[in-house]
Amino acid sequence: MALVDRLGKSLESAPLLLTSVDALVDWSLGHSLWAMPMGTACCAMELIAASFSKFDFDRHGTFPRPDPRHVDVMIIAGTVTRKMQPAVKRLYEQMPDPKFVVAMGNCAVSGGIFFYDSYSVVRGVDEFLPVDVYISGCPPRPESLQDGVLRLRELVRTRSIDPDKRYPKDLLLPKPSDRRRGEKAPGEGEGARGEKAPGEREGGDAA
Amino acid sequence: MKIEELREHLCGRYPDLCPLFSLEFGDGILVVDAGKLHEAASDLRDLGFDLLGWCTAVDRGAHFEMVYRLRSRTMQVGMFLKCDVPREDARIASLTDLWPSADWHEREVYDLFGIRFDGHPNLRRIFLPEDWPGHPLRKDYRDERMIRRPDYI
Repeated sequence: MALVDRLGKSLESAPLLLTSVDALVDWSLGHSLWAMPMGTACCAMELIAASFSKFDFDRHGTFPRPDPRHVDVMIIAGTVTRKMQPAVKRLYEQMPDPKFVVAMGNCAVSGGIFFYDSYSVVRGVDEFLPVDVYISGCPPRPESLQDGVLRLRELVRTRSIDPDKRYPKDLLLPKPSDRRRGEKAPGEGEGARGEKAPGEREGGDAA
Repeated sequence: MKIEELREHLCGRYPDLCPLFSLEFGDGILVVDAGKLHEAASDLRDLGFDLLGWCTAVDRGAHFEMVYRLRSRTMQVGMFLKCDVPREDARIASLTDLWPSADWHEREVYDLFGIRFDGHPNLRRIFLPEDWPGHPLRKDYRDERMIRRPDYI
């Protein structure tokens, strides 16, 4: 009965048949989000735990399917290195539309502990993929992952059917050009903390 | 054969290597010239060091230092074999013909330090993409994508 009620609710706000079919399609898609387990690092352990019987991802209609042509959402669990980046991009391109991306864990969100002083890690998969849901944690609990997929379900339920529609998001992390915390703007006077000049750390280890 | 007996044995057989042999951490450390590395390694293998655990390199600034970790399963002793490699045109003999396990380790050293191994059968990058510029574990490596960690973290 609850299913019929929800269907009726989504239908009553839209008088056009086409819109109603869209709502039906989105509703059904949101309740069977098959996942591509893109486990590139240790977050994959939590992804595996979430899909087994104790946390039971199947009850949400999500289960891992290791084939990009059969899935709706790619769960990127772990650090993505610059060598792995083209492989992840290629797997994403093989997924059929509509497709979604969940960035699971700090490394996939922003690079995590590899944000600084790393030459080989991509600082967040949103550098090359359109991410729909970000899940923080190092690693996130399986409940967090399931909550993220449930939020993705809400996003899917209310999305437009236009496959090119994307929601632009600003990256809120500091960029290299940003001023550092405690650092005065140029012309604001001498800092009280005696902070170092930005390039001073690099001087010590030059050969 | 204990490591002290091994030292006596090695000093008797190779008197020129004797002052370069020291004992630390219960294991022997043998420092050789880059030109004599293959010869010394071959002799050590014939003495019973049948296992090359790993090899790596250290960036000492003016030069690189190759470190090989040998182990003898029959004598139950370990041995470090070291040699200096010049920084300009860094080249050294490959030990893959003595211990096949040197193959991937030398590829790793080539990938991250840029030391070339003469006689290696397949000297390609092993971790990084083929078109990667530079060798990241060198101290003078610079990458414009790399962000230095600020002091307050």
